[in-house]
Amino acid sequence: MDAEAIVKELRGTYGSGKTKSYEWRVSQLKALLKIAENHEKEITDALYSDLSKPELEAFIHEVSMMKTACKLALKELKWWMKPEKVKTSLTSFPSSAEIVPEPLGVVLVISAWNYPFLLSLDPVIGAIAAGNAVVLKPSEIAPATSSVLAKLLGQYMDVSAIRVVEGAVPETTALLEQKWDKIFYTGNGKVGRIVLAAAAKHLTPVVLELGGKSPVVVDSNIDYKIAVRRIIAGKWGCNNGQACISPDYIITTKESVPKLLDAMKQELEKFYGKDPLKSGDLSRIVNANHFQRLSKLLDDNKVVDKVVHGGQRDENNLKISPTILLDVPEDSLIMKEEIFGPLLPIITVNKVEDSIQFIKAREKPLAAYLFTSNKKLEEEFVMNISAGGLLINDTTLQVALSTLPFGGVGESGMGSCHGKFSFDTFSHKKAVLRRSFAGDVPARYPPYTAGKARFLKALLNGDIIGLIRALIGW
Amino acid sequence: MDVVEEDVLGEVTTAFRSRRTRSVAWRKAQLQAILKLLDENEEEIFEALRQDLGKHPVESYRDEVGVVRKSATNALRCVEKWMAPQKSVISSAALALDPVIGAISAGNAIVLKPSELAPKCSSVLANTIPRYLDPEAIKVVEGGHDVSEQLLQLKWDKIFFTGSPRVGRLIMSAAAKHLTPVTLELGGKCPTILDRLSNFSDLQYGVGFKVAVKRIVGGKWGPCNGQACIGIDYVLVETQFAPVLIELLEKSIKTFYGENLKTLANLARIVNKHHFDRVHNLLKDPKVAASVVYGGSVDEENMAIEPTILLNPPLDADIMNEEIFGPLLPIITLKNIEESIPFINSRPKPLAIYAFTKNDSLKEKILQETSSGSLTFNDAMIQFLCDTLPFGGVGQSGYGRYHGKFTFDTFSHEKAVLHRSFLVELESRYPPWNDFKMEFVRLAYNYDYLGMILLLLGLRGLFRTNRRQ
Repeated sequence: MDAEAIVKELRGTYGSGKTKSYEWRVSQLKALLKIAENHEKEITDALYSDLSKPELEAFIHEVSMMKTACKLALKELKWWMKPEKVKTSLTSFPSSAEIVPEPLGVVLVISAWNYPFLLSLDPVIGAIAAGNAVVLKPSEIAPATSSVLAKLLGQYMDVSAIRVVEGAVPETTALLEQKWDKIFYTGNGKVGRIVLAAAAKHLTPVVLELGGKSPVVVDSNIDYKIAVRRIIAGKWGCNNGQACISPDYIITTKESVPKLLDAMKQELEKFYGKDPLKSGDLSRIVNANHFQRLSKLLDDNKVVDKVVHGGQRDENNLKISPTILLDVPEDSLIMKEEIFGPLLPIITVNKVEDSIQFIKAREKPLAAYLFTSNKKLEEEFVMNISAGGLLINDTTLQVALSTLPFGGVGESGMGSCHGKFSFDTFSHKKAVLRRSFAGDVPARYPPYTAGKARFLKALLNGDIIGLIRALIGW
Repeated sequence: MDVVEEDVLGEVTTAFRSRRTRSVAWRKAQLQAILKLLDENEEEIFEALRQDLGKHPVESYRDEVGVVRKSATNALRCVEKWMAPQKSVISSAALALDPVIGAISAGNAIVLKPSELAPKCSSVLANTIPRYLDPEAIKVVEGGHDVSEQLLQLKWDKIFFTGSPRVGRLIMSAAAKHLTPVTLELGGKCPTILDRLSNFSDLQYGVGFKVAVKRIVGGKWGPCNGQACIGIDYVLVETQFAPVLIELLEKSIKTFYGENLKTLANLARIVNKHHFDRVHNLLKDPKVAASVVYGGSVDEENMAIEPTILLNPPLDADIMNEEIFGPLLPIITLKNIEESIPFINSRPKPLAIYAFTKNDSLKEKILQETSSGSLTFNDAMIQFLCDTLPFGGVGQSGYGRYHGKFTFDTFSHEKAVLHRSFLVELESRYPPWNDFKMEFVRLAYNYDYLGMILLLLGLRGLFRTNRRQ
């Protein structure tokens, strides 16, 4: 791969103005949709090969989410591309002003392995909708999906403007050395910092979709069964916990623990059977490295005696069963890093309100969840917790709404995507002011006099009477 | 020094954590304090600007004090509206204070580091701000680049920087360590396209042309004698109009500023020795010096440079590759004004493009084919005053935007909040997965409601077509 040559070629295409037209954008979005429609089986097979992702999960979370994003962009694109007229002020009278969205140029999307199809194409949809040329670098940790993407995009898309570059660290490094007009990175904070530092050399703006320890606060006055099912769906039902918005840990009160645990155990068995290692409805751990990492979290001396459910491992098949740990110490490894796997620690507090302080004392997470029927607590939670997104009485569903921005804050990232937000992320909003040659006010120009000073003061303060007085020299 | 800086961050962080800065009352009180600060210290600010930059009070009011006043008044009026959650979403002197207003409106604690290159302004800000604003949550730290460097080591939640691309890169690299989002307000060579504006055969030049030239003079030497990020850097014009343009520019310069460098009034001086030398050096290149058609004299003692016009300086000279940021105006002639588009596109994206033309198809072409922070037709600089337009660069001229509501947004995180009830629980969300659930979800995603009902009733099989071959 010659990164420089690829960027040069894409710059040429972008420079020709081809990608700016509405027709080109639509044709490429339609081609993406066709990929999802014609090759669903191939895609879900690749996801199965990379992650043993159950077909239904692969369909709901990846293929159909991507199709929805594509359809929305196709439906709204004309509207998104429209310049927005804005009001002008007395100061620039007479004039008209508008904000015109324009593409940024040639952009780079670096995606992650946990939702390797969706997280690759969702930003690409935004980049195309906004009229950019794109290079996509899928994750090498999900090789089957990476190669399907390279093959299908090469087959269906306009390769003079849209490219897939496969590879690992050396390829990514070579890509990051190039000058991009935007970089969209999904992954972890460590690499996020490398991406930012590389971008600094070229003053390239960056979107970072990172993760963090997303907490779930469980109050006592709720329907445990429903709450627990929704937590399970967000934790183990999302790629076996390997999702950036998966619940990372639970905070609840001491009294709630027995009821919560009972419900958890019951529902987990209903979902995944008596031997979850054999369940076809759970993704596996992506690779041996991550299996080792998770094993280390479990083998930490501080938590070995805290496992209250699960804990089974099958190293050969890279499977770990849904595992619950109770009252882990705050300085244990599992509470210090993002878990990103099927382990779920429960932290207990004296009263549920204390959970807010607990969350605020840590880095800002990508998501925070609360199960309660107490409106006051809900309000407190919304006002006090800073996170990418908040969801009350459910988990992970906030990402399914294209009207909500998806993106982190602080340690969980910067910039946002989904729906119109993706379009905006890949657009520059150009300020355009139109003036005529009439209405030229001498007070703008030197030589400066006291009368001009009065006039300008009145003008900037929007003081019409002062303005008239200054004009008639009164 | 280290200890002092740590304390600065510690104190403002404590103030922020106390949640005091979040309330409407706090935000309004601080905005009112800024207005009071301006009212009571206007003379002092004018004086500081005169000493730092030789700025005339009218210019100071137009470009600095007035702008901040307007911005604060606007923020004060709108802060509650801006704070209100949307239906689906919860949520120098002017250059120094304008972002502060947005940061206050958005409820942040702030450290302001004014430029050490304008020391008088810096000290006015450092002396007045703590007296008027909440000193625990809003701090001014003065100093040179060692202080900036120390500040950059700390972890901020946002960094707003106005300055050059070189320092912009340093800021970004420092921010990368803490994953801090950055807004960079940089500059660039802002071109002005000057079209014919009248039928050349009828008149020597039209009224439009005269107004345009006046506005160009205002946009070049008006804002701080060319030392403004949105000031005009150079002019593109068709060869046949160059003589007329030069003649009219000379006339306007003489009326506005006078002829003698020693007695030039209404014109800001060069900010310091370093910049004086930098601008002066641009002129020293012999090929560039040969292209001077007006002005060119310098007064080293008073750090003054005469408004200077150059005709077709070599394109590979520094003056055509660096942001001039001073009172030199190169005029580049083209055979056809449409050539200005590839000329601009072959250079880094500027913060602003100005185009004087009455030709609608040229306007459309410029709008569609060039990229810049802002684009203004038939005037210069005035877009800065338009609160409803975002102010910010693209590419080499920076990223992120401010002014009016955009400043508030720049300093806010828009938090996605979704509320659910315990009602409406669909079995097909949960494992164990089976064909029925797959089918249901597939129909749901395709909005096939009839299909969903049939499936639930167990009748779907009767109507089913073979979906997958």
